[in-house]
Amino acid sequence: MGVELLLEMAVSAHPDRVAVRDGRRELTYDELRRAAGDLAARLHAQGARSLAFVGVNSAVVPIALFGAALAGVPFTPLNYRLSADALDVLVGRLDAPLVLGDSDKLTALSLSDSVVEVVDTDTIGGPSAGSNWSPPETDDGAPVVMLFTSGTTAAPKGVLLRHHQLMAYILQTVEFDAGAGETSLVSLPPYHVAGVGAVLSNIYSGRCLSYLADFSAQVWLDRVRSERVTSAMVVPTMLARVVDSLDGEPADVPSLRFLAYGGARMPLPVLEAAVAAFPDTGFTNAYGLTETSSTIAVLSPDDHRDAMSSDDPLVRQRLGSAGRFVPGVEGQIRGPDRSLLGPGEIGALWVRGPQVSGDYAETGSVLDEDGWFATRDDAWLDAGGYLFIAGRTDDTIIRGGENIAPDEVEQTVITHPDVADVAVFGTPDTQWGERTVACIVLRSDAVCTEADIREWARTRARSSRTPDVVRFVDNLPYSPTGKLLRRELKGTIGGAEDRTAAS
Amino acid sequence: MELKIGQRLRSQVCDTEVIVVRSGSVELTCGGAPVILHGQDPEAGLALVPGLDGGTQIGKRYTDERGVLEILVTKPGKGTLADGQNPLPLRESRELPASD
Repeated sequence: MGVELLLEMAVSAHPDRVAVRDGRRELTYDELRRAAGDLAARLHAQGARSLAFVGVNSAVVPIALFGAALAGVPFTPLNYRLSADALDVLVGRLDAPLVLGDSDKLTALSLSDSVVEVVDTDTIGGPSAGSNWSPPETDDGAPVVMLFTSGTTAAPKGVLLRHHQLMAYILQTVEFDAGAGETSLVSLPPYHVAGVGAVLSNIYSGRCLSYLADFSAQVWLDRVRSERVTSAMVVPTMLARVVDSLDGEPADVPSLRFLAYGGARMPLPVLEAAVAAFPDTGFTNAYGLTETSSTIAVLSPDDHRDAMSSDDPLVRQRLGSAGRFVPGVEGQIRGPDRSLLGPGEIGALWVRGPQVSGDYAETGSVLDEDGWFATRDDAWLDAGGYLFIAGRTDDTIIRGGENIAPDEVEQTVITHPDVADVAVFGTPDTQWGERTVACIVLRSDAVCTEADIREWARTRARSSRTPDVVRFVDNLPYSPTGKLLRRELKGTIGGAEDRTAAS
Repeated sequence: MELKIGQRLRSQVCDTEVIVVRSGSVELTCGGAPVILHGQDPEAGLALVPGLDGGTQIGKRYTDERGVLEILVTKPGKGTLADGQNPLPLRESRELPASD
């Protein structure tokens, strides 16, 4: 038995509670199970061995996930923003897929011969066809979800998440049935691991999943108010846009008790402005990777309040941390020779636990012999076990033999009142090996200069953490899921060759 | 008996079904009879033992005396979950904030 047990339990406890809505459809828990059962029967009848999903957020997402789980085939939500060619390549890598998608997305695809059936999402979620196929018991070691990594550096890799890993994640971190009247607003796309986590955790909690197809700050706020949303998850770029749209006014969302953020680095000024705009909302920072079945560390609402009200700089800096590991997950910081590092030392983050997959469709498991997974994030732990993420190991700048995390420089520069956003990367330098380049988006009325920025950083951080070169840009490139596209930026800005590194 | 994470078990004398969330070692009984694997058939002639008929609730978690084991009720029934004859203590819910 796999993740469908989560839905079965919810149906048995409150079949008539609303499980999902998207502005067009509304299904109770019982209706969701029936719709999933119908889709499972169709997958079985067509001989499908996987389910591809090419669509925006809608009530079809949980139907597809549970339908695939019941049928014993992996659910693969694809990034619908990819080109038709790129999507066709990914669909071509799937084993006998049934392709479920939005009609405007499907028409652009060529679809290979391996596709067993194409189904329009418009035909899903209506009254149940009342299928009478009863699926065999699920093998909990089988993959239930396969997510393709974004593939910015190489061909996308298919990350396999098995029933027992996702079950471990939910059962270790979520309590059953939070009660009636709870609504969670989902604005992360279905192909993001948090989109998968949202389905499983909110269904197990008995909340209503409210799906937003296209995020905008105003639509998000309107939806929170009109549906009396009680919890939501956003990426930092979404939260920044919501806070900007409020223009200093309070958000006026009395129903919203929990707001989680994650998926990318959160600039402290954005977080502080958000906490001010949402005074009655508890903030949660969630850190995790696709390969770890979503969240592995959490900075709780209490942690946020403690950090903001503390005079102790060690407690206060935890506002910028990813919090502590969730139950069942262990973490270690390791040096270049894989030796264990102590509190305060930056190194590679390795994690272990029953929810950790580290398993790829093409290459198999990358866990070491003791079950540890290398996140490829650099991080450090404070004395209280709070985790601080310094950035991707690949992005680390080595300047004059010293390792510099771009995040360290960014967090200093972003505190300058004229700076709206900043990204830092390394570029080759004959004297230092690499020099640090800071690309800065200024606020509209700002007048500051490169010298001002460098002076600001020099007086607040070590000299090696002062950007060697400052470039002013109109905006920074982000993916729709809020990840800074550092490589793309590096390509457009280049090495700032006309400058020399400061000594 | 060793209970392994992810294992699904059922009562022989009532509707109770559980899943192991954290491994541990107890003589797990429900309603006075040893639990069996989810797919197995109950032994004939067993009945709910008086005094071990307090019932189980869906979504509740139970632990052992040392607080190591954790089992979750996935289907409720009339029996009491116990280590042999000793009822298992209920585990306090740990409220982690919603994170996705």
